[in-house]
Amino acid sequence: MPRGARDPLPSGDEARLLTRYEDVRRALSDPRLSREGATGSDAARITDDDSDIFNSPMACTLNAVGHERWRRMLSRWFTAKRVQALRPAMERTADRLLDEMPDHGHPADLVSHLAFPLPVFVICAMLGVPEADRDSFKGWSDTFPSMAKYSRDEVTTAHREFEEYMAALVADKRAAVSAGKAAEGEEDLLSLLITATDAEGRPLSGEALTATGQALLLAGHETTAGFITVMAAHLLSDRRRRQRLLDDRSLARQAVEEMLRFDPSGGFGMIRYVHEDVELGGTVAPRGTTVVCSMSAANRDEDAFDRAAELDVTRSPNPHLAFGAGPHSCLGQALARTEMQAVLDVLLRRLPTLELAVNGAELRQVDGLLTSPPAALPVRW
Amino acid sequence: MKVTVDEARCCGAGQCALIAPEVFDQREEDGIVLLLDGAPGSRVHAAVREAASVCQAAAIRVSETS
Repeated sequence: MPRGARDPLPSGDEARLLTRYEDVRRALSDPRLSREGATGSDAARITDDDSDIFNSPMACTLNAVGHERWRRMLSRWFTAKRVQALRPAMERTADRLLDEMPDHGHPADLVSHLAFPLPVFVICAMLGVPEADRDSFKGWSDTFPSMAKYSRDEVTTAHREFEEYMAALVADKRAAVSAGKAAEGEEDLLSLLITATDAEGRPLSGEALTATGQALLLAGHETTAGFITVMAAHLLSDRRRRQRLLDDRSLARQAVEEMLRFDPSGGFGMIRYVHEDVELGGTVAPRGTTVVCSMSAANRDEDAFDRAAELDVTRSPNPHLAFGAGPHSCLGQALARTEMQAVLDVLLRRLPTLELAVNGAELRQVDGLLTSPPAALPVRW
Repeated sequence: MKVTVDEARCCGAGQCALIAPEVFDQREEDGIVLLLDGAPGSRVHAAVREAASVCQAAAIRVSETS
């Protein structure tokens, strides 16, 4: 692919597609480009309506909070130490889900019985969202990416229902907090955010709290479920890879990173707006350019990774861009990594009783999701 | 080995604290890197080098001369 090609988007607007590792890393971390600018009126739009997730009412509310401020208020929940403390519970949940899988018939689908419910359990526990509501938010989140099958009305309705759901939940928590009902030390993230303040002592508005709950719930389950699915598919579809990891279980952390490099989510890429002329891909991207950063292409750039087209579970170091880079890099990346490592550990421990019930080539991708994992992963044991 | 960190560059991704928790932690209030040990022992050198090379913000500097 040519460096920095000019490509029409579904809306008809033009953007520059960045596919080289260095260009993508630079575009995501250089302060002369921003994501905020990409929502401006002169920026290229992906689609010709407002239905994509980064232009949703939820995203607009969060943009209005100010990203740096929001990020500072949220970061403490997603540090390596905090999420590592959740790991034993993640492993117990993964074990329990695998124990229950035979009850669902044979062969069973690893997506609906492990890859999807595990991250839902983790993020629900963290946020204080009832796990029993998971079918509702799965329905909403399946509708959001407008790339494929849903009408504008369906997407708008899903956004409204999801917002109403979260607003009601936040209101309940606010009532519990002001009545002093939330037990000390046992509060969830949303309850604690109600009274939390930024460096200037200002709390988040009610709308911002609702949008934060929505964003974390979405980001916490859909993308992680996709990562876990892809990881399990890579693990179960190649006997030599499985054996390599069984022989040396300490490779699990590197294996997770390599699977993230090889199959990052993020669809066709992240959009950035150029505020000042900047050199990208050997040419100047003038002010006003919209760029699309393809993390999947960057992660397979031969200039950055030896044998980039090969999935090598021993690769190290692995500075892939699956979680982006710069100020908007994934807030929950330590959480996602820890969930993936926990699941991989549990899967390896329970292998070789688990294997793919179909040929790897028969696995089908889900159309239209932000992530593009296989829709189902039939396994037998 | 001497290790330094640049808090201004750090985005709080937390990779360093996952890879080499003996050497790196994150500030409780905002997730920004905290250096626990600027002259770590040889047992963790490989992990520190890995942490530095995967840091997308290039916020970790490692000098191999003692």
